[in-house]
Amino acid sequence: MHTTNIFAPVSTPAQSIVDLSILVLTVTGLIFLVVSVLLVYAIVKFRARKTDADREPAQVYGSTQIELAWTIIPVLIVVVLFTATARVIHAIQDAPKPATALEVTVVGHQFWWEYRYPALGIVTANELHVPVSDPSRPRPTFLTLMSADTDHSFWIPQLAGKTDLIPNRINRMWFDPQRTGLFLGQCAQYCGTQHGKMLQRVSVDSPEDFDAWVKAQQQAAVPDREALAGRRVFENTACINCHTVRGTVANGRFGPDLTHLMSRATIASGAAGNTPDNLRLWLQNPDAIKPGSLMPAMQLSDADLDALVRYMQSLR
Amino acid sequence: MASNVMAVDRMRIQEPTWGETLHEWVTTVDHKRIGILYIALALFFLVVGGVEALIIRIQLMSAHNDFVSPQVFNRMFTMHGTTMIFFVAMPILFGFGNYLVPLMIGARDMAFPRLNAFSFWLAAISGLVLYFSFLGGSGLYAAGTAPDVGWWAYAPLTARAFSPGSSADYWTIAVLVSGFGSIGTAINLIATILSMRCQGMTLGRMPLLAWLYLTMAAMVLIAVTPLSAAQIMLLIDRYLGGHFFDTQAGGSATLWMHFFWIFGHPEVYILVIPCFAFMSEIIPVFSRKPIFGYPVMVAATVCIAFVSMSVWAHHMFTIGMSSYANSFFTITTMAVGVPTGIKIFNWLGTMWGGRIQFKTPMLFAVAFLFQFLIAGLTGIMMAASPFDWQLSLSYFVVAHFHYVIVGGILFAIFAAFYYWYPKATGRMLSERLGKIHFWLFVIGFHLTFDLMHVPGLLGMPRRIYTYEPGRGWETLNLLVSVGAVIQAVAVLVFVLNLILSYWKGARAGKDPWDAWTLEWSISSPPPAYNFAAVPAVASRRPLWDLKHPEDPDSRYE
Repeated sequence: MHTTNIFAPVSTPAQSIVDLSILVLTVTGLIFLVVSVLLVYAIVKFRARKTDADREPAQVYGSTQIELAWTIIPVLIVVVLFTATARVIHAIQDAPKPATALEVTVVGHQFWWEYRYPALGIVTANELHVPVSDPSRPRPTFLTLMSADTDHSFWIPQLAGKTDLIPNRINRMWFDPQRTGLFLGQCAQYCGTQHGKMLQRVSVDSPEDFDAWVKAQQQAAVPDREALAGRRVFENTACINCHTVRGTVANGRFGPDLTHLMSRATIASGAAGNTPDNLRLWLQNPDAIKPGSLMPAMQLSDADLDALVRYMQSLR
Repeated sequence: MASNVMAVDRMRIQEPTWGETLHEWVTTVDHKRIGILYIALALFFLVVGGVEALIIRIQLMSAHNDFVSPQVFNRMFTMHGTTMIFFVAMPILFGFGNYLVPLMIGARDMAFPRLNAFSFWLAAISGLVLYFSFLGGSGLYAAGTAPDVGWWAYAPLTARAFSPGSSADYWTIAVLVSGFGSIGTAINLIATILSMRCQGMTLGRMPLLAWLYLTMAAMVLIAVTPLSAAQIMLLIDRYLGGHFFDTQAGGSATLWMHFFWIFGHPEVYILVIPCFAFMSEIIPVFSRKPIFGYPVMVAATVCIAFVSMSVWAHHMFTIGMSSYANSFFTITTMAVGVPTGIKIFNWLGTMWGGRIQFKTPMLFAVAFLFQFLIAGLTGIMMAASPFDWQLSLSYFVVAHFHYVIVGGILFAIFAAFYYWYPKATGRMLSERLGKIHFWLFVIGFHLTFDLMHVPGLLGMPRRIYTYEPGRGWETLNLLVSVGAVIQAVAVLVFVLNLILSYWKGARAGKDPWDAWTLEWSISSPPPAYNFAAVPAVASRRPLWDLKHPEDPDSRYE
């Protein structure tokens, strides 16, 4: 069971937000308690009764002392909350980047995620892999956020608060996940028709697993004789206009990089599991899985579809 | 006074025909009729926007539901938001303002009656333009579609690359034209309040409602102008090759955000300040005491108006502003809570020591106090910008602002309906139906919007047309939808009450609530000229002075 609960942090920024939120919740909770008790008391105590007859109550117009009291106390509460908040803003936003940090560039697309690891020469999509960050040997991940089209927002609640991906603007955020596992999230800023299925998966790997993953991703696609027919279909239709398979002529940038498609657990930005049946359905009629996605239906024959699915399955 | 009314009645030889009545209403420049037209327009769109909300809620009842397509869902939340803000909340509050302000300051009409009618018809036509998009939205080459850019219409989603056809233009033009109408009415309210007060009514003796409408109208002038400018810039982008917001040609997406929210946040206060005005009239009358701390209430209102002009970027905590900008908008946003808190305490102070009568208007007023308190406190949570990095754009925000707009603003509007309907129609609304309406709405409201906070905390973003199972969102969303249905039933009871009571309600008489402001000194409904003799006042509660000559307010003020 993977949660997206904001109160289950596994990384420093998410943890400091929870710490701040507990203070804020306590203060606002106390205010709520005091005011609602006063309100309930007033409703019960001062309700009109039959015995009142028609007499009007004492006409009171105000009181400077009382007004001052309920001005100054809230001002003090604001000062306390603000100083606590400003510390957390500074701690998260202005955190220095250690030399050990992993740098990933995230590019938001309608309606999928492009992940580029410039120092490692890796390009992948939708499923982000980062190393676990042991507090004694921190290895945080610093993201550079950009958009290819409309606004998006990167949000894995257990790792950090969200930051938008805005065209013509470069944003940054970071997290240092302290345990391995799969963490879920999804695009939080409305970006168009399929905003709802622009899902995110972040795999936090042990150092060994992460290194192995990096090595595998750095390879170009390995040609597979069995899938030759499918490769021909791929390279002779418009697929290559949008998709890249490194080591082949396909070098499109509009859609996800497919070089290691089979290393991913899902397709269509998490909208469906990466199974042969789903792949075939996705190639035949993308709207069946994600209506409004920008992947076109290529009107292929059944034989070509089967061949193409075999080719996809060879991209390990 | 009464004899004048009779004289007018006798002059009518025949009852007017339907055609004549319609003509009278369409061509009217009477502030009371324009007020009622505004309110009728808003009630119509309230039902339309409510149906859109129900479609949204049916779609979200279960995970992977396919009641509507993503395209339809996106149009529904865009139209729901745009409708409720621009064509329900704004016109209904302008309607009450139009109706009440001249009556409460002892004037015979608004300062510019024709501008008043013009403003109303702009509002009505812009609403029709928005909904005409269902027929004409995509232009000639496809069936019509409503805009699907969300009610903030963030750039560059509105650029022609992402919104081809003309559906986004219907949104732009509707908002632009309704903005002109709002500016017209705001000018009118300011001129009326500043220059049409009756003899003796100094600024310090105005009913709080007039003060609050004055503040609200000033805010409209400041906030709606940049919104209108942004719409024109967007049209230039779309049709004249401008690049203000066109990111593909070097424009700025964040520029639009600033333009929109410098309108969008003051707008919240533009909507809520008239509701504070209703509270400040209703709570004293049903507590049988004058408002506690009148000068402080005025000062707090003006303070809110100023501070709320400097909080807009708290809608933008996730766009990657610097830590200094985030800190600035954190403190201004928290600071606005202080004058708002003062207002809540002053209403409590008004009730304290009173003899509170729980008629329907007061029931809604007490619910307003309780719910607005909660809405304010969740607002403080989101003012803490790091906390907002988690809460923003999630269902927590959706729950928060519905708590403000439904739990606060709509409850206050219902209170105002029950309170002033007798004045406008001469008939009381049914207390029995009113209590059914109240309790159904309270139950539905809390079921929907209390629970709606939780999926946000569990990571559910807003504006998604469907969601994945297994994240703990399903049951909550189902219950939220059930609550929406209960609210819809409650609104039906309310509409039924409005219609039935018009024919069957008990006669109201001049002053059914034993109230203290000038509108209760004349017949219900008031004659076209309001006051046969323009009144003179000596205190904030002229009718109290009349009813208690032995102990008039004028002695203490």
